[in-house]
Amino acid sequence: MYELKYDAEICARCETFDCLTRCQYMDLDLEAAREERQRLLDGEDSLVLSECATCYACEEYCPHGNHPFYLIVERQEERQAWPVPIPLTKQQLRIMEPRGEIQPGEVTPPVINLCAFSMLAGCIRGKLYEGASIISGRDIFCNIMWLHFGKNSVIRERLPRVIDNIVSNYLEPSGVDELICFHDECYGTYTQLAPAFGIDVPFKPVHLFEYLVERLGELKSEIHRIEAKVAYQRPCSSRLIPETEHWVDEIFGLIGVDRVEREYDRENALCCATTIRIAQRDNLADDVQKRNLDDMEAVGAKYCVFNCPACMMGLSGPAAERGMTPILMSDLCQIALGE
Amino acid sequence: MEHAEILHRCFRCGYCKLPGSFQDLNCPPYLKYRFETYAPGGRMWLLRAWLDEEIETIQRLAEILFSCTACGNCVEHCVFPAFKADLLDAFTAGREELVNQGVVPDAVGRYLRAIHSHGNPYNLPKADRARWADGLGIERYSGQEYLFYVGCPGSYDERGQQMARAVAGLLQKWGVDFGILGEEEGCDGNEVRVLGETGLFEQLARENIEKFEAAGVQKIVTLSPHGFDAIKNEYPRFGGRFETCHYPQLLAGLMAKAELRRRNGPLRVVFHDPCYLGRHNKDYLTPRAVLGALPGLELLEMDRAMADALCCGGGGGNSFTDVLGGGADSASRVRVREAAGTGAAVLAVACPKCARMFEDAIKAEDLEDELRVMDIAELVQEHCG
Amino acid sequence: MEEIYQALVRIVGAAYVSRDPEERFIYARDPGTMEPCEPDLVVMPNSTEEVRQIVLLANQMRIPVVPMGGGLVLSGLTRPLKGGMVLDMKRMNRILEVDEMSRSVLVEAGASQGMLQAYLKKHHPGLKHSIPDAPPIATIAGNVLIHGSGHLSATGGFHSDMLNGMEVVLPTGEIAKIGSCATSPYWFSRAPLPDLAGLFIGWHGTTGIATKLAIKLYPDRPLGDVGIFVMEDPELVPGVIHRLAGVAVAEDILAFMANAPAWLRGFQLVNVKYGAETGEELRLKRDLLRESVRTYIDEKVGGFMPLPPEMKQRFLEEPQTTLAVFADTREGGGFEYVGAIMPIALFPEAYRKGLEIAERHGVECATGARIVGLGHCMMFFYGYAFNRADPSDVKLAQEALEATNAAVLEMGGIPWKAEAPAQKQIIEKMDPNTFALMNRLRGVLDPNGIMNPGNWEAD
Repeated sequence: MYELKYDAEICARCETFDCLTRCQYMDLDLEAAREERQRLLDGEDSLVLSECATCYACEEYCPHGNHPFYLIVERQEERQAWPVPIPLTKQQLRIMEPRGEIQPGEVTPPVINLCAFSMLAGCIRGKLYEGASIISGRDIFCNIMWLHFGKNSVIRERLPRVIDNIVSNYLEPSGVDELICFHDECYGTYTQLAPAFGIDVPFKPVHLFEYLVERLGELKSEIHRIEAKVAYQRPCSSRLIPETEHWVDEIFGLIGVDRVEREYDRENALCCATTIRIAQRDNLADDVQKRNLDDMEAVGAKYCVFNCPACMMGLSGPAAERGMTPILMSDLCQIALGE
Repeated sequence: MEHAEILHRCFRCGYCKLPGSFQDLNCPPYLKYRFETYAPGGRMWLLRAWLDEEIETIQRLAEILFSCTACGNCVEHCVFPAFKADLLDAFTAGREELVNQGVVPDAVGRYLRAIHSHGNPYNLPKADRARWADGLGIERYSGQEYLFYVGCPGSYDERGQQMARAVAGLLQKWGVDFGILGEEEGCDGNEVRVLGETGLFEQLARENIEKFEAAGVQKIVTLSPHGFDAIKNEYPRFGGRFETCHYPQLLAGLMAKAELRRRNGPLRVVFHDPCYLGRHNKDYLTPRAVLGALPGLELLEMDRAMADALCCGGGGGNSFTDVLGGGADSASRVRVREAAGTGAAVLAVACPKCARMFEDAIKAEDLEDELRVMDIAELVQEHCG
Repeated sequence: MEEIYQALVRIVGAAYVSRDPEERFIYARDPGTMEPCEPDLVVMPNSTEEVRQIVLLANQMRIPVVPMGGGLVLSGLTRPLKGGMVLDMKRMNRILEVDEMSRSVLVEAGASQGMLQAYLKKHHPGLKHSIPDAPPIATIAGNVLIHGSGHLSATGGFHSDMLNGMEVVLPTGEIAKIGSCATSPYWFSRAPLPDLAGLFIGWHGTTGIATKLAIKLYPDRPLGDVGIFVMEDPELVPGVIHRLAGVAVAEDILAFMANAPAWLRGFQLVNVKYGAETGEELRLKRDLLRESVRTYIDEKVGGFMPLPPEMKQRFLEEPQTTLAVFADTREGGGFEYVGAIMPIALFPEAYRKGLEIAERHGVECATGARIVGLGHCMMFFYGYAFNRADPSDVKLAQEALEATNAAVLEMGGIPWKAEAPAQKQIIEKMDPNTFALMNRLRGVLDPNGIMNPGNWEAD
C-alpha cells in the first residue's frame, strides 16, 4: 500500500541525470551520475545513500517529476543506510509521535494549519489573520521530516491518519475544505509528497504565501513599505513546490523589500544545514552555512527571511551575528502593516 | 489553612534567599537574622510543622512568620513553577491562622488595632488626614478625571506628606484633572491583608469601593505602590474595578509636554525598585523612563535592580511594626550602602515607605554627606522650568 | 545547658545563638530521608576566633559540635546524631582574596557557590570556579570537604583536588594552616609539604572545622558549547566516555538518564561542555570531540542530538536547576540520592542496577554520572524523589536508597557523602587497618569525641 509512484524506465532513459549532476553536495559528472542512479534503481549500494544531504533539491531538478529523492530515501530504508544515527532517529520518532489527544473543534475560515508548531500561534494575530482559526499539535504533524531520516515507512504509516485527523476533527464538522499551510513543508506534503505515495488528500491546501498575497492586496492602503534589502532562506520543502516561488517575489514587491540577487538563492539555494548537522556532518554544515551567510552579507541584506521554523532554529543565531535580523515571512509582513 | 498543600513541597533549596545573580542575600529577614528559620523555606517547614502540631503556637513562631516583608523575592526566584506563585499567599494564610488564634507580635497587634480604631496606623485623627494638602488649593474629588489616592503614609507621615505634595504639585502644574477624598479617604488595607487580618482588609476594601463608586471614581492614581497593588489587584474580588495607576506611570505620559531644564551640574541618580511596583506588578521601566527624560541626570543601576531589587524592609507592615528590627544587616542599611557604592548622589524612590526606611538607614550608616533620598516627583519638580 | 548557652552568647552575641524550638526543629532536618536529630543549640560564628572559642567551650563541656554549610548534603550529615550544637557557618561568607595570576581564590568557609560565581563574574570576569549543581546557597567548603564535583570536574577532578589550602580549627581548639599557607604568605598549593588536607576531607566534620579555604580557579572562556551524545546501549557508554574525556578539551562531561519526558526513556545521554576563546577554537574542540567517537557515529549507534538554541542555553547554565526541580517530582519536596564513586567501566552494571532497584521498590529513579578527570572515575548518581508528607513514600525512598548503597558497594563503588547507616556499610567493607588508622587519627585530633559524633563509627 502507498507505493512510491516512480517510473524506472524514465530514469533509465534519462540523458541528463540532473538529479545528481546538479546536486550541490555531491560532485558527480554525467557518467558517475548515470552509474549511481542505476545502482539506486537496482537497489544496490551507492555512495548517494551516504552522501545525500537530504536537501530535496533533486525533486525540483528532475525534469520528469520522477521523484529521484524519494527513491533515495526508499533505498536508504531498504538497505538500512541510515543518514542519521539510530538512537537520534528513535528519539525524534518518539518526540513527534501522535499523542492521541486531538480535541475536535469548530473552525472558521481562514483556517491556519500550524502543524506541530503550536509555539507559533502568536504569529497569527492582527489584521493579516483577522478571524482566523488555528489548528496545531502532534496529532496533525505532517510527518514529511522523516525524509531526512530515511523513514518513508513512518510517512506511510502516520500521514494517512494525520489527514484523517484534520478532516474528521476540524474540516468536515465545520464544512470547511480549505486549509492554509503556515509552513512550506505541510503544503509540500499535501500537494506533492502525498500524491507521490498515492495518499489521498480530501481538502484543498493553500500555501501561506498565496494567502498573504491576497490579504496584503486587501490591506494595500495600510502597508508602509519597508524599503530594505532581504535575503530569503528557501526551505528544502519549497523544492517540492517550485510553483509557489513567485508568491515570495509578489509578497516582497507588496511590502517594499528588495530580494537582492545573490548566488545561493532560487534554484541554487543552499540548505540551512540543520539536518546536515543531525546527520553528524558538522564540517559540511559549517561550510554550507558559511557560504550561504557570506552570500547574504555580501549583498547587504538587512533581513534574513524564513518560511521554515527549523531553518530559523539553525540559522537565526549565525545570521544575527552577521548583523541581519532573522524573521519569519509572516512577521515581516506584519512589520509592513505596522503591527 | 489555604495553600497548606504546598508547604511540604518546599525543598529548602535556598534559591529564595538570593537574587537571580546569586550575588548576595536578598530575603530581608534571612539577611538580618541568618537562622534558616527566617528564610522562606524555613517558614514553609515551620508552618507545616505547626499545622501538624509538631511545634507549639508561641510568640517566637509568630515573630518569625511576621518578619516577612512580602517583598516577593522568593516568588521571583523559587525554581518550582508548580507552586512558587503561592508562596506569599501561603505566608499570609499562615499569619491569618495566627491572627485568628490571637498570637501576633505586640507591635503587629498595635498596628492592626490602630487601623481598626482610627483608620490609620499612626493613631491620628481622621480629621487630620488631608492636612498635607493645606494651602495647595487641591479640590476634593467631585467627578474629576482622576482620584489621587494618597494613603496613610502620604497623609500622616512627614516624609510621605512631602511626597504627596510633590506629586500633587506636578499634577496641578501639568493640568491633570484630579481631586482627593481628603478626610474621607480610608486606609487601602494592603499591609492589613498581608499581615493576615483578612476580615479587616475586606472591611476596608469594601468601604473604599463604596466611597469610590458613590463618588463616581473611574480612574485612580496612587502615591504608594502598596495602595496601587491593593486597589488594582485585590479590590476586584470585592467588585471594585478601577483604572488604577501608580504616579510615575501617569507622569511618564505627561513628560512629553513638560518643560524641563538642566540643573546646575550633572546629577547621578540610582533608582530603587519598590516591591509593589516592581516584582509584584512587573513595572521596572516606567520610573526609569521618567528619570531618563530629565536633562543632565545620569541614571545609574545597582547590581540588584529590577526583579533582583533588595526590599527596603518596610513591607509586611515592618515600616511600622519593626518586627524585622534594625542593625547593620537590616535590608534598608544594606541597600543604602549598595546605593552609595554606585557613586550616586541621589537614591530615587517611588514609595513613601521606601523613602522613610532609606532616610533612617542613611543616618544610621553616616552617609548623609554622600547620599540623599528623593522621590521621582521631587526629582521631576527640580527639573521643571 | 544554660551555662553553655550563656557562654555562647558571650562569644557570638545573643542574636546568633538559639535554643528555641523553631531553630531546633529546622536544624534537626535536611531535605533528605534521614530521621530528624535535634540539636540543643544552634550557633552562628562570624570569625575564626569565635569558632575557636566555641570549640574550646565544647571540649570543656563535652558537648558535640556539628559544623554546617548550606545544609544541602541531603544525607543528613549536618544533623547532630548525639545532640549538641550545630555551627551554621554561613555568616563567615566573605571572599577574601583572588590571585589572578595563580588562578586561585581564598574564601571563608561559609562563602556560597553562587556568591563566589557572581563575585568572579563582576570583578574577575576571566575566571570561574567549578560549581556543583547543588543550589547556589551551598557552601564552597561543604562541597570541597565531601569530595564534591561540578562543572569543571572533567578538567580538574574532584573539588577536593582543586583545594590549595585551608585554615582549620582543630577539635582541641588550635588553629592550623594546611598547605603552602602554613609556610608562605601565598595559598598556591598543598605541595610540597606533607599533605595534611586529607585529615579533613571526606571526614564529615569529625576532625575539625574549616574556616578558610583556597581553591583553584579556571579560565572562564567567552564562548561555550555543549554537545549531547545519545546512545541506547549502556554497554557503549564507558567507551564513549573514555574517548570523549581523553580528548582533554571538555570542562564537564555528564551522563544522564531519565524516564521522563518520554523521549528520554531508554536512552543514555552524555552531555559534553567546553569553552573557547574564539569561534575557530570552539569548532576545533567540537570536531575533536566528534572525531573521538567517530566509530560510534559511523556505525550509527550514537550521535550528537540537535539542540535548539534555547535548549542549548539551558544546558550551558551553571548550576543547573534541574536537580532541585526533580525534588518536586512526587509533589513532596523530598529528594535524596546515592552518589557512587566508581570506575567508568562499571557504568552498564550501575545503570542496570538502578533500573532494577527502581522497579523492585516501585520508585522513580533518575540516574546519571558526572565524569571526574579524564574518565579516571565517575560519580554515578541514583536520585529518588519522595513526598515528605507521606511516611510510606519516605520509607519507599529510604529502602531504595539502602538497597542502592548495598548494590554500589557490592559492585565495587563507594557511596559519596554517605549517610550514617551507609557509613557503617562502608566500614564493614573497609580494610580493617584503614579503619583502625581512621580511628587512631580521630583519637589524636578529637580526644573528647566532640566533632560530629555518630559519623564514621562502626556498630
